[in-house]
Amino acid sequence: MYVPALILLVVFIVYPFLKGFRIAFTNWNGYSQSYKYVGFTNFLDMAKDHNVRTALINTLLYGFGSTFFQQILGLSYAILLNKSFKMRGFARTFIYLPVLISAIVMGYMWFFMTRYDGGALNDVIKLFGGQPIFWLSKPQTAIALLIFINTIQYVGISMVIYLAGLQSIPEMYYEASTIDGASSWQQFKSITLPLLYPAIVTSVTLNLIGGLKLFDIIKALTDGNPAYSTHSLSTLINATYFQGQNAGYAACIGILLFAVIFIVTLIMQKVFISKEVEF
Amino acid sequence: MKKKTWWKTLLAVIIALLHMIPIYITLVASFTRQGDFRSYWLLPKKFFFENYSIAVKTGGMMVAFQNTIIITFLSAILIVLIGAMAAYPLARNRSKLNKKVITGILAVMMIPPLSLLVPLYSVMASLKAISTYWGIVIVQVAFQLPLSIFLYTNFIKTIPIELDEAATLDGCSTYRIFYKIILPLLKPVTATVIILTGVAVWNDYQFSLYFLQTPDKKVLTLAIYSFFGQTGSNPNVAAAAAVIAILPITILYVFLQKYFVKGMVDSAIK
Repeated sequence: MYVPALILLVVFIVYPFLKGFRIAFTNWNGYSQSYKYVGFTNFLDMAKDHNVRTALINTLLYGFGSTFFQQILGLSYAILLNKSFKMRGFARTFIYLPVLISAIVMGYMWFFMTRYDGGALNDVIKLFGGQPIFWLSKPQTAIALLIFINTIQYVGISMVIYLAGLQSIPEMYYEASTIDGASSWQQFKSITLPLLYPAIVTSVTLNLIGGLKLFDIIKALTDGNPAYSTHSLSTLINATYFQGQNAGYAACIGILLFAVIFIVTLIMQKVFISKEVEF
Repeated sequence: MKKKTWWKTLLAVIIALLHMIPIYITLVASFTRQGDFRSYWLLPKKFFFENYSIAVKTGGMMVAFQNTIIITFLSAILIVLIGAMAAYPLARNRSKLNKKVITGILAVMMIPPLSLLVPLYSVMASLKAISTYWGIVIVQVAFQLPLSIFLYTNFIKTIPIELDEAATLDGCSTYRIFYKIILPLLKPVTATVIILTGVAVWNDYQFSLYFLQTPDKKVLTLAIYSFFGQTGSNPNVAAAAAVIAILPITILYVFLQKYFVKGMVDSAIK
């Protein structure tokens, strides 16, 4: 009964995946009938390509940067919103809402935030007498902003995972340690963090894979500009294929993107399994 | 002893409002007449609803809306049916082969769609599937299937196998057992599958960008993209289009919030 599913997965994922390796060894332009096998040329070019190196570094920055801030914010929000109080549901609802908005639409919403003239962020800066900023035309600010946007759009995911994790910690651990005279910081360090371990693993893995694939908001806000400095590997593949019409090379960068996610996932598994906590 | 919680309320409300700023700013922009240079922080003096009617009339928003609904609906049905069907034997019959199939399906989840762009595009082109409903639906289904199979397999494992055994004794075939006994029991997890994969398909931009290239097959995310992408276009109309695009999911979420969040947590934790 799983034959239909297997056929779909093989035809549209596994076969293209393998075919990608073949295309990566050609100089195919993406539409013509004829192409030549060029050996490892694409791979060697990629190793020397400044744009690929930048996109690779950016991909890691987007992935690890967003993941880092999402854990800190998400865990803080979860701790704040764990116990019942007025408006708690309101806060949870609206922190989670952006998760459900299409990332490309979210990217364009930030167009109104980051415009130079009349953008919401520059209005605030001007209100306090500062100089307006070209948010997206310097690589550093643009990359920081993209990490920021991705972080706060998806922090709701970390928040609900940590909330579920906090709910599963038995209250008696805290009661017992209070009797023993533990401070709240000691409780956090010795009870909350270790017992949240499975939640941390889940949240980090989800955020990391999402961040390493970052595409939509870059496409919406910078499309890799200025001068290829904000591309992730995903948007660079898109640009190489459609604007550059270099399908062989784009397929080659695709393999690099897969390799990055594969290696990061492997390392994560090694790191996480070695620290598993039993209780 | 009642602890004071007002500071928590205050802090939580401030955080929630901060998260709403981009949506608020877009809403204000969508009600502002082009050429009105008041700050986006301030509500416009007069709400300008025409941006919405212009967006609907000029940008093909109605066609896009219709296409998005058709594609999301068809994809969700197939993701549910094919996913549940595949999960049943995988959950019930734990042979070595089936274990390998499960590992394979989970491994497929790791492949980032963009890394397949070039080869997948050439496969789709040779199947003449570019800019067709069935083409985009089948790609969406293929990429959402692993999650669906994963969720269904875990759920079916919790259904007592005695049910199947009793039905077999009564002479039911495997297919009948699946359709008559198992499928009706899958309602809770089906809600999760539909919400998770439905939102993903509704919001998809990457696949739509490549595989839907004619205007009559445009979906909402592509319509938004062209609203903002056109040089010299009216950003206030684009803002209205963005609001239209996020409205259906936002409304659903407000009413079915519990299911949206529960689905996310269930899929993430085991």
